[in-house]
Amino acid sequence: MRFYEYEAKQVLAGYGVALPQREFATTADAAAEATSKLGGPVVIKSQVLSGGRMKAGGVKFADTPEEARDHAAAILELTINGLEPAGVLVEEKRSVEQEYYAAVTYDGRAKRPLIIFSDMGGIDIEEVAEQYPDHLSRTHFSASRPFSDFTAKVAVASVGVTGRDLNQLTRIVAGLARLFLERDMTLAEINPIGKLDDGSIIALDCHLDMESEARNTHRALLQEIGVPDDDNRQARPPTQFEIDAANVDAADTRGVAGNLTQFDGNLGLIIGAGGGSLTLFDAVRAAGGSPANYCEIGGNPSVSKAAALTKLICEQPQVEKIAVMMNVVSNTRVDIVARGVIKGCIEAGFDPAEKIAIFRIPGSWEEEGFALLEKYGVEYVDRSVSMHEAAERAVAKMGA
Amino acid sequence: MSILVDENTTFIIQGITGREAVTMAREVLDYGSKLLGGVTPGRKGRDVHGVPVEDTVRAFTERERVDASVVSVPPAFAADAVNEAIEAGIKLIIVVTERIPRKQVAQFVEYAQQEGVRLIGPNCLGVISPGKSKVGGVGGAVDSARRAFVPGSIGVMSRSGGMTVEIANSLSEAGLGVSTAVSIGGDAIIGSTYAELMPLFDADEQTKGIAIYSEPGGRAEYELADYMAESGSKLPVVAFMAGRFMDEMPGMRFGHAGTIVEGKADTTAEKIANLEAIGISVAERIEDIPRLLKERIEG
Amino acid sequence: MAAMFIRVDIADSVQDDPAVCQQLVEVCPVDIFELDDGGRVRTVEDNLDECTLCDLCIDATQPGQIDVVKLYRE
Repeated sequence: MRFYEYEAKQVLAGYGVALPQREFATTADAAAEATSKLGGPVVIKSQVLSGGRMKAGGVKFADTPEEARDHAAAILELTINGLEPAGVLVEEKRSVEQEYYAAVTYDGRAKRPLIIFSDMGGIDIEEVAEQYPDHLSRTHFSASRPFSDFTAKVAVASVGVTGRDLNQLTRIVAGLARLFLERDMTLAEINPIGKLDDGSIIALDCHLDMESEARNTHRALLQEIGVPDDDNRQARPPTQFEIDAANVDAADTRGVAGNLTQFDGNLGLIIGAGGGSLTLFDAVRAAGGSPANYCEIGGNPSVSKAAALTKLICEQPQVEKIAVMMNVVSNTRVDIVARGVIKGCIEAGFDPAEKIAIFRIPGSWEEEGFALLEKYGVEYVDRSVSMHEAAERAVAKMGA
Repeated sequence: MSILVDENTTFIIQGITGREAVTMAREVLDYGSKLLGGVTPGRKGRDVHGVPVEDTVRAFTERERVDASVVSVPPAFAADAVNEAIEAGIKLIIVVTERIPRKQVAQFVEYAQQEGVRLIGPNCLGVISPGKSKVGGVGGAVDSARRAFVPGSIGVMSRSGGMTVEIANSLSEAGLGVSTAVSIGGDAIIGSTYAELMPLFDADEQTKGIAIYSEPGGRAEYELADYMAESGSKLPVVAFMAGRFMDEMPGMRFGHAGTIVEGKADTTAEKIANLEAIGISVAERIEDIPRLLKERIEG
Repeated sequence: MAAMFIRVDIADSVQDDPAVCQQLVEVCPVDIFELDDGGRVRTVEDNLDECTLCDLCIDATQPGQIDVVKLYRE
């Protein structure tokens, strides 16, 4: 779950990291007022959950409140990568002499947290890693032991920083690492860290991603910075179809029938489980099909839950047919899913034999499931037909 | 042979009285696995399908040899359960639980490494050595597990539990069969990666080839390619890469917790190129896996 | 919506034993049975299609007292 910059900086401030004076504003007038209050030239930054703000015109400089009002008005209207800003952050403008980069994340290969530090901040870090490897350090540490400052010092010193800068940067990086561990982040990044003309070093930007699974642990913090409980912070805002599917999943704890993502095609997909859904979605596209959605069913959902998801998908006007497909199932039952999809089709006012292009779920209780499908005239296949072949058959029916 | 588990492997289930664990207990007993019992705090003295329930792991380890534990408890209790099993001296721990926060996983993985414990998962379905032992829910009820997992020559490693079964089934139907299948887990940090399990398969006489299932996100496939280059492993490896559509959708999470495209190295295109460069065949379809393996083994 | 896939027939003789009626309510994992105001056991229409065919209700009663009918096999 990604934080907006203004929220991330609030969290960062709690870990002793120096930051520019700043105000969050949701209207152009409030931005002008904030500029008066800060009393000098400011930078106005779009608060949007996307990178590339500068390039998109989401960051502008202003010397006066009037100028700030105009820029803020423009930025508040500007969508970046399809996302609308939550507001603007108005910050005092500081003159920066040197930029640094610091990030803490998990390294799945080493299975430990990792500090990435560079004295080439402000630019794409993958580019630094490829072209200037001497300017980048990678320092692992333990997630079990309390964080010790020397680890941050080693990370900073490894790229050749010394003197007063080393000590200031060590404090910032150590604060970032503690924040990362204590707040269950999956990424904590400051890019850039800026050394100012007076020699002080502060965080100019901040990107934090908190593990969704740990949200409940940090409810107090989330309340303090004003993140609503139902704000899931996906890479793009959910569509109504997606919200409805999430509600279907949440309404019944028996198994999974949800994780739906909308696409712009005409073939509704009821697929599972995790890896099976990825495989089948690829298979449908490889066959030339155009999915109306991605979703996941698994963990043996109840009949009513499978039915509710089926009904929802069938009711979308763009959906012409649905395909019900999974890998060979172990704990999910073929007959239970078969009952659910047939019921959902009928509840949505469709004939299952027409609406269901194919049913390919082999595995536990398949004899019972196949008998049921037979009764309702639904085309089904067993494990002798591969996931890819099943997807091809479904797609072939769409033209007919 | 086989790896990790065989007909002599004794194990317990932590969280044995839970809904899914009760089913798992039935399945592994039916399969003939040596399930000794299970642990649920406060339920000592009960039994599940004829095996005893205890309050602590030590209650078992103090009276008999326990080779492995399957951890099937809710996410909030999972780290504690793993720590208890490590402390009790169990050397193979299979963590079924999903949605354990990453920090906790990093912590118990570190503890396991220090104590020389082999950890599989989290977020996995377990390990099966067909005809010998099934440790976890992988394959489901005894009849369907026997059908999908015929004893044979291919080692399977998969980031998806369901696809472990699908791939094994294709190998069984094609007459190759499975030596051991390991559902390694779908999280961003897992106890045992492909590269860490490969030496076991390399040392196993029964295993003649490897099938892996992989996804976008993480670096496990690069680690495998590095291992293959450095170790001189002679086992032919065929990979299947799902989630190709995700290359166009950075920042969106699909399928498993570890499945997300954040940088170029996370994409399927980049991973496929890297695997193929080291001589690992990448199948376009599941049914191509047995064919490619046969070609490579007979090669 | 009426149940489409499963019907459960309860023999009248079941009602003679309140303990068995209560037992049926307790054993069913998907809550197909409930007691009416008079303590007689009856089925819950909304839950019939959730039946997992586990046979626990059949095991809890005398042979023939409970019949789980698969409507799709008829």
